[in-house]
Amino acid sequence: MTTIEAPRSPVVPVKRRRTNWEKWGWLYQRVSGVLLVVLIFGHLFTNLFLGQGVRAIDFAFVAGKWANPFWIVWDLLLLWLALIHGSNGMRTLINDYTRRRLRIVLLVLLAVVTVGLLLIGTLVLTTFDPCLDKTVASQIPQCKA
Amino acid sequence: MWSWVLHRITGVAIFFFLLVHILDTALVRVSPEAYNQVIGTYKTPIMGLGEIALVAAIGLHALNGLRIILIDFWKLGPKLQRVMFWVAIALWIVLLAGFLPRQLTNVWFEFQGMGSV
Repeated sequence: MTTIEAPRSPVVPVKRRRTNWEKWGWLYQRVSGVLLVVLIFGHLFTNLFLGQGVRAIDFAFVAGKWANPFWIVWDLLLLWLALIHGSNGMRTLINDYTRRRLRIVLLVLLAVVTVGLLLIGTLVLTTFDPCLDKTVASQIPQCKA
Repeated sequence: MWSWVLHRITGVAIFFFLLVHILDTALVRVSPEAYNQVIGTYKTPIMGLGEIALVAAIGLHALNGLRIILIDFWKLGPKLQRVMFWVAIALWIVLLAGFLPRQLTNVWFEFQGMGSV
């Protein structure tokens, strides 16, 4: 038999409010967006505009940039902020335009791709070896083993 | 509404470029030859025009993104949203006006280079 509460019984406290992830995702897009404007235009300026622009890019160019930890940190920030910003945006689109099974499949796929590329990118940036290239190696004393 | 549509379209395009760009850059960890070969394709005239499209997409997404932030957080934002859209378009044209000569010069050089090979 169901018991009916007496009138005017005290309000049962609602369970503790859960984190509003959607709000944090919304805020992340805006905060990372501002930082990405600086990071991406800096990236485009040094790689596509200065000097010879895109024609100058090769392994030696990358080695030259990453000889300075400043650019490694820059590119690490770029990798993490941009990829998560992009994935968070794609998540919004998947939620808007797909339903049921397809939605779940795409969300899982997105998560796998994002985590995978974050790991690959971080590994590349933290274990880069300029000595792999003979011409570059000949100019770096530390490469002589 | 069009700024919203453009924001989504440019966002998706930039996302897929980013996936490819992380993978092609990862080749520096495989071998310098592999990296140089793939990055070489970025220098062809057609890809040169593609880079213009990329910069155009990023520029639009960035400027409209800043506009969205101002609409969300600035007291006068919602009132000035239409004006800010045209300001973003104007800045976007300035951005492209700065980038186009530099990039088109490259496209032209590569185009001639390919002709002589």
